[in-house]
Amino acid sequence: MTKVTMTVNGRKVSRDVPDETLLSQFLREELRLTGTHVGCDTTQCGACVVHVDGKAVKSCSALAVALDGAQVTSIEGLATNGELHPMQRAFNDNHGLQCGFCTPGMIMSSVKLVETAKAAGKTLSEADIRQGLEGNICRCTGYHNIVKAVAQAAQEM
Amino acid sequence: MYPTKYHKPADIDAAVAALGSGEDPKVLAGGQTLIATMKQHLASPSDLIDIRGLGLSGISASGGGVTIGATTVHAEVAASKDVHPALAKLAGGIGDPMVRNAGTIGGSIANNDPAADYPSAVLGMGATVVTNRREIAADDYFQGLFMTALEEGEIVTAVKFPAVEKAGYAKFKQPASRFCLVGVFVAKTANGARVAVTGAGEDGVFRHAGLEAALSSNWSPDAVAGVDVSADGLLSDIHGDAEYRANLIRVMAKRAVAAS
Repeated sequence: MTKVTMTVNGRKVSRDVPDETLLSQFLREELRLTGTHVGCDTTQCGACVVHVDGKAVKSCSALAVALDGAQVTSIEGLATNGELHPMQRAFNDNHGLQCGFCTPGMIMSSVKLVETAKAAGKTLSEADIRQGLEGNICRCTGYHNIVKAVAQAAQEM
Repeated sequence: MYPTKYHKPADIDAAVAALGSGEDPKVLAGGQTLIATMKQHLASPSDLIDIRGLGLSGISASGGGVTIGATTVHAEVAASKDVHPALAKLAGGIGDPMVRNAGTIGGSIANNDPAADYPSAVLGMGATVVTNRREIAADDYFQGLFMTALEEGEIVTAVKFPAVEKAGYAKFKQPASRFCLVGVFVAKTANGARVAVTGAGEDGVFRHAGLEAALSSNWSPDAVAGVDVSADGLLSDIHGDAEYRANLIRVMAKRAVAAS
């Protein structure tokens, strides 16, 4: 067991966990933040994407002990003061989901996709969005509305 | 995942010492292959030695070439203005954005997956692998499927890429895993053309003498057309047989030269 301290969604948390604990397990099982989903568990589907120190990563492929001191944002930390993040609103407006299982990861990836493009002064084309979401798989294959949602949020963010 | 013990050494000596102490220790960098492998119970290291805190990350240009630290993530190489555009393109096509935010060049070449992208650039550009003990030429480094010249307790610290006149990379992705079904890296150097093929060889990444000869005398996509690419020694699997891969090698080589 190793003591891990990180800041999750703005709140400092400490837990004693086995060294092999994945960040996804740490969030879901230790902190009960179950918005982060585990789909494939093989680093492919992207349902578990969270932000670690400002970057989108797959939480099923990171060890919690390696992230001592890190700043982590999960889907639960995206809204501010009860206001949905523009990306969450855009997914709602465009019905960017079918079953919704992949949605937390889709939203977390999309936020970084748009932020990175904006920082580089780039406008995202539809092809850019589709390529940028390569690491997020929707088994309902409902990609059209997801792409529409990201394009809308890109205007609003 | 089986239990393991995590170590975060402060310097390379401590990392080497930790590697020497465990029963079955492994170096951990980005973890994008190792952690997945551990979850599938295909690896069960007793100890994980995390080398991300050793200051081995970063890109520096020197003498026309460029040195990339072992724990530099793919996203940083992809965005770098210092590395050759073909190398940046290769790094920007590995996995997906999240994998590129975590996966490292050192991890890729230490694992030497036969379908990984980076080995083709390291071999194709004739780079040098730097470890805590020595420098190893790419031609001596890659030794087969998941096999390298690395010895016990040896850790990749950087990769030195020389300047080349031209370089290009093209890959045909396995659409689900995004690994290379075939990837070809071509480089025009002062000593002629180098062509490295990944994803296709039964023994991992390899150089193709026929393509190198053709491109050394005529650096153009057309020069590739007449080259005989044998299916001998190429992988056959559910995604494509050896003949299919042999043809893809020619097609990817052509595209790589066109992109250079």
